[in-house]
Amino acid sequence: MKEKPDTLEQAVLTEYKYGFVTDIDTDVIAKGLSENTIRLISSKKNEPEWLLDWRLKAYNHWLKLEEPKWANIKYPIINYQDIIYYAAPKPKKQLNSLDEADPELLATFEKLGISLNEQKRLTGVAVDVVMDSVSIATSFKEQLSEIGVIFCSISEAVQLHPELVKQYLGSIVPMTDNYFAALNSAVFTDGSFCYIPKGVRCPMELSTYFRINTENAGQFERTLIIAEDESYVSYLEGCTAPTRDENQLHAAVVELVAHTKAEIKYSTVQNWYPGDKNGMGGIYNFVTKRGICKGDHSKISWTQVETGSAITWKYPSVILKGDYSIGEFYSVAFTNNHQQADTGTKMTHLGKNTRSRIVSKGISAGHSQNSYRGLVRASKQATNARNYSQCDSLLLGDKCGAHTFPYIEVKNKTAIVEHEATTSKIGEDQLFYCKQRGIDAETAVALIVNGFAKEVMNQLPMEFAVEAQKLLAISMEGSVG
Amino acid sequence: MLSVKNIHANIDGREILKGINLDIKPGEVHAIMGPNGSGKSTLASVLAGREEYEVTEGAVSFLGKDLLELSTEDRAREGLFLAFQYPVEIPGVSTTNFIKAAVNEKRKYLGQEPLDAVAFLKMMKEKMALVEIDQRLLSRSINEGFSGGEKKRNEVFQMAMLEPKLAIMDETDSGLDIDALRIVANGINKLRSPDRAMLLITHYQRLLDYIHPDFVHVLYNGRIVKSGKKELALELEEKGYDFITDDIDLAANQ
Ligand SMILES: Nc1ncnc2c1ncn2[C@@H]1O[C@H](COP(=O)(O)OP(=O)(O)O)[C@@H](O)[C@H]1O
Ligand SMILES: [Mg+2]
Repeated sequence: MKEKPDTLEQAVLTEYKYGFVTDIDTDVIAKGLSENTIRLISSKKNEPEWLLDWRLKAYNHWLKLEEPKWANIKYPIINYQDIIYYAAPKPKKQLNSLDEADPELLATFEKLGISLNEQKRLTGVAVDVVMDSVSIATSFKEQLSEIGVIFCSISEAVQLHPELVKQYLGSIVPMTDNYFAALNSAVFTDGSFCYIPKGVRCPMELSTYFRINTENAGQFERTLIIAEDESYVSYLEGCTAPTRDENQLHAAVVELVAHTKAEIKYSTVQNWYPGDKNGMGGIYNFVTKRGICKGDHSKISWTQVETGSAITWKYPSVILKGDYSIGEFYSVAFTNNHQQADTGTKMTHLGKNTRSRIVSKGISAGHSQNSYRGLVRASKQATNARNYSQCDSLLLGDKCGAHTFPYIEVKNKTAIVEHEATTSKIGEDQLFYCKQRGIDAETAVALIVNGFAKEVMNQLPMEFAVEAQKLLAISMEGSVG
Repeated sequence: MLSVKNIHANIDGREILKGINLDIKPGEVHAIMGPNGSGKSTLASVLAGREEYEVTEGAVSFLGKDLLELSTEDRAREGLFLAFQYPVEIPGVSTTNFIKAAVNEKRKYLGQEPLDAVAFLKMMKEKMALVEIDQRLLSRSINEGFSGGEKKRNEVFQMAMLEPKLAIMDETDSGLDIDALRIVANGINKLRSPDRAMLLITHYQRLLDYIHPDFVHVLYNGRIVKSGKKELALELEEKGYDFITDDIDLAANQ
């Protein structure tokens, strides 16, 4: 008799499809981190003095900090001297549009399913493309600027709109916020900058695509989105990296500001290289994302679909300062093989009549560990604050883990915080039932997972929902056999 | 259509089926009866291809193919349907989506185009009438929170949608009150056809008041110990299983 295979286990084995490396002439600085590294980065980016000072301050603070240990993740000690902090594809010349970019780069993004050719691209989506440490180009810049929307790389914003950058950079995630935020503040290289003026409803989706290419390079991106009164923007980021045996570090900071009656919808489809089936390689994804609903009746909504990275440490949060402001967090985190995810959110209710909603769907397969960690805090002033949290876990197989760590701190008696959690498991009985109806195990798991994740997937902008669904299906391929 | 020859099957090394022989022709309805634990569900599972069961001996041919060589899903796509004794709940997957996937997987296997939304809906409407199933049930997650009767009705509904060649019904009558039983049995009767065979597994003979089988077999301790026409069911009802099983146990002990 043949060994009875564990069907679930077989089905989760899959190849990462974005693991290729682009052979492109790259400007790489030596490994290691010191004040000199920071000066070098800053000079390469031709930055003003105040920004260099800011970076150095962050660096000196970082030196005093220790890596956080509280997350439910395990990894070897990171040697911060063994990382390249700046790697940039060498531009042939100054680009005016994406169409002029290096053909090798265009081919790379074509292969990733992102067509940079403006004619061929999704209409209604403007893209900023970041490879390693620099933004390569941003599309639809001119059309957007006609209505006052600024969409460019953060490096460009430093040059062209220094007053805005100076006003907001670090205002929501201070450089002293945490270990990885301090590191990012010291060495951040590129990322996107969006500014939506008063009363403007941004007519297209703004999106950034992040790609790590160079070996041993860390990516430290910085994104800043400002929505003035009564404006609206929907922003999406995606990311991939080559297959490598060594772990690579990605430590980003994202800051959002929503003024009175403004709304920011921020979506992430995170697909960094997750490591191989034995847990070798993969991206360490340590990210600080926070938004502030500064004005009354403002709204910030985070949606994330996390399928990649060896380690994910990420808690997109909202500070609900304005009265009647709304914070939302919708998350699907899928972990497979030896991936570890510790992700969730923080909703801080400061204003009156503020509302927050958390929907987290964790899916674990293989030997992976998937944790939800969330904090809901209502301050003394937060009269009538409301939170509703729902955390569901789905287990594929019996070697993986799902964990929920909800923290609640309520200082106002009129606040109402509700938390619900469920854990379910795809069992052999369910698979047999599906197979008996002619649905093979892989399709069955996809059906079950899609059903499970639907509520979150529905939050994604239409243009990306289909992509995200496919990504989830690919990540699960092999989750069952 | 189905020919089972000397099937032996184990679970966890323990032999449950000890040499089953069964021949079913198109259009026929066979009933398998027997006390609890005699191996009825095991036989259904083995035919459907449940992996926990190990077939140690024997052969099964289905529509000219070696059934045991086919994967579970291919057996289904070839036209073997099992109405489960205990249908499982699958949260998050609506009954409609589930059935649509099943119908289209089968069509793909047979080299047919998937049904479009309109054609699928039309088919649903027709078959819903057959088993008097409520539309609202179909938009809910499959079997989740369904009553016992709703689960059984849903099984028969799926059978109607998948139009199998051979339908095995494992205690589809159990747990039903008399009205539900009548509805389910009516549905099954409407699905009888000259090219469709049925294998009814039941513990009680009351289902056979509504569905008249061509043949009745008594399964006991992993073997078919007696076969006959539908009168056998009545005899069992009257005298209980003991009248057969006592003889067998006696013979076994000598
Ligand atoms: N999954 C299983 N693991 C262990 N024993 C089982 C399993 N399934 C069935 N059996 C055993 O096999 C025998 C036959 O069970 P079953 O086929 O369910 O009988 P029936 O359907 O006739 O009531 C019983 O003794 C039962 O305990
Ligand atoms: Mg049974």
